[in-house]
Amino acid sequence: MTSVTVLQEAENKSRVTQEVLLNLGPQHPSTHGVLQLVLQLNGEIVERTEPHIGYLHRGTEKLAETFTYTQIFPLTDRLDYVCPPSNNLGFALAVERLLGIDVPERALYIRVMMVELARISGHLLIVGALPMDLGAMTALLYTMREREMLMDLMEMITGARMHTSYIRVGGVREDLPEGAAERIREFCEILPKRLKDYERLVAGNRVFLNRTKNIGVIAPKDAIDLGLSGPNLRASGVDWDMRRDSPYEIYDRLDFNVITHDDGDCYARWICRVHEMRESVRIIEQCLDHMPQGDFQVALPTIAFPVDKGLLETSMETHIHHFELSAYGFKVPKGEVYAAIEAPKGELGYYVISDGSQKPFRMRVRAPSFVNLQALEGKVGNMKYLADVIAMLGSLDPVIAEVDK
Amino acid sequence: MSDLRPAFCDQILHHFGDRVDDGGAGIDMHNIEVAPEHLKELCGFLKESPELSFDFLSDLCGVDFLPDSPRFAVVYHLYSVAHQHRLRLKCRLGDPPHVPSITDIWTTANWHEREAFDMYGIVFDGHPNLKRIYMWDEFEGYPMRKDYPVRGYKDAYNPFGEERGDQ
Repeated sequence: MTSVTVLQEAENKSRVTQEVLLNLGPQHPSTHGVLQLVLQLNGEIVERTEPHIGYLHRGTEKLAETFTYTQIFPLTDRLDYVCPPSNNLGFALAVERLLGIDVPERALYIRVMMVELARISGHLLIVGALPMDLGAMTALLYTMREREMLMDLMEMITGARMHTSYIRVGGVREDLPEGAAERIREFCEILPKRLKDYERLVAGNRVFLNRTKNIGVIAPKDAIDLGLSGPNLRASGVDWDMRRDSPYEIYDRLDFNVITHDDGDCYARWICRVHEMRESVRIIEQCLDHMPQGDFQVALPTIAFPVDKGLLETSMETHIHHFELSAYGFKVPKGEVYAAIEAPKGELGYYVISDGSQKPFRMRVRAPSFVNLQALEGKVGNMKYLADVIAMLGSLDPVIAEVDK
Repeated sequence: MSDLRPAFCDQILHHFGDRVDDGGAGIDMHNIEVAPEHLKELCGFLKESPELSFDFLSDLCGVDFLPDSPRFAVVYHLYSVAHQHRLRLKCRLGDPPHVPSITDIWTTANWHEREAFDMYGIVFDGHPNLKRIYMWDEFEGYPMRKDYPVRGYKDAYNPFGEERGDQ
């Protein structure tokens, strides 16, 4: 009797096996962090999947209520730690809308460029990690090589590899250093060639295709109902990208395509991300082409530190503002706002309620990974075997730090 | 953001009359306030009506307005993929907070409601699986409430927490 007939018999119930509850994680390499899946197994067949989350819960929202608005930026870094600039941008937008301030042109371009670099960084990770979850280690090593270039770029621009805290209320922390533009252009030239390599290496691989094509299929209607967003939603054929449909920053001036795929399976989610990186490269190049000279942060001494640090020694006024800003932060007018951006994982929303003080009354993070992960419990077609759950989980691309907040 | 009073508001107000309150335009989107007893009817209408078709529940969260009364609120952020408009629904709740679950209208509400229950103790009546999502099952209290200390309460694992007042 081969193993295949055992499976077939279990499927048509002619062979009854004892049901097993299996804990996948919280310490397991293919759960992308500390996620526990409780699987009810009938042989190899998964009857029920129940994600248990919260192992990495740090109380970001509670902590944010005790921090000033500037102090919250490092907290947002730690949500989706593979692409921190996106998290910074979402929060900065929310606060800027409450304050009603306009950000200088140059800062807008720098911010969009950084966010797209972060998108590439996030997508590179999953484009390599999904094949690794399915047993093909090589792809991850190659994508990590490109990601390392990005990390070096981040270090050069922001001073930190991971937790950048670069985007601030009213602009960015520092101007682009000398030589950064050239290095970004260099990266933009290299990446599309490497993407071709990944496709040749992985997308044509029979084992990879067998394990991802027509596996974990989510219909467009179900995807919307489940609240999926970002590449996961577009892979199901729903043509919605906030960068195009409700543009923020300067996305309305940029030329890029929204990538969709009709199949809604694991492969579609993977290939969507590969194509999205190409669009990101185009966006970055346009940003570099059109980036104007000028201020990189808003010229309001009560909100941003002075650009010319020499003023601190000569101007009493600047000194006072600097002290107040460091010691107490800035006040934000009473009100509430929901600011959503198209983060690499999907719709990243910040709902901020301000009571007029220096600290938010309530800060809510609508974390895309949290919502996307719910699909494991939902109506998913062709997620029958244990191996399919791994493929499904990998293709949803959850970052557990963001799921747990 | 520009369209502060969208046309669909009049339709909602016309259909529901004095059962909903027009919360006015916010900085980002329009607000509608509704009492918990009319919430499910309103949500069903918002999703099914072809001119509104709010098929995407962006977000659902609890808020604690201590010391105000009514103390709690549940805030729903809706989006329509077809029409690309947004709406914020607010539902003020007393103490203890109870509100009908909307998981049968939007599946995505499932985990959001569990989170609001976990963090604020808001009970969603009719929820299929209402249990804690972040904190462990034996955990006592609701950490996001304004009267819960940031450092938690003192116990064997948390020596720096606050003393419980009632002990």
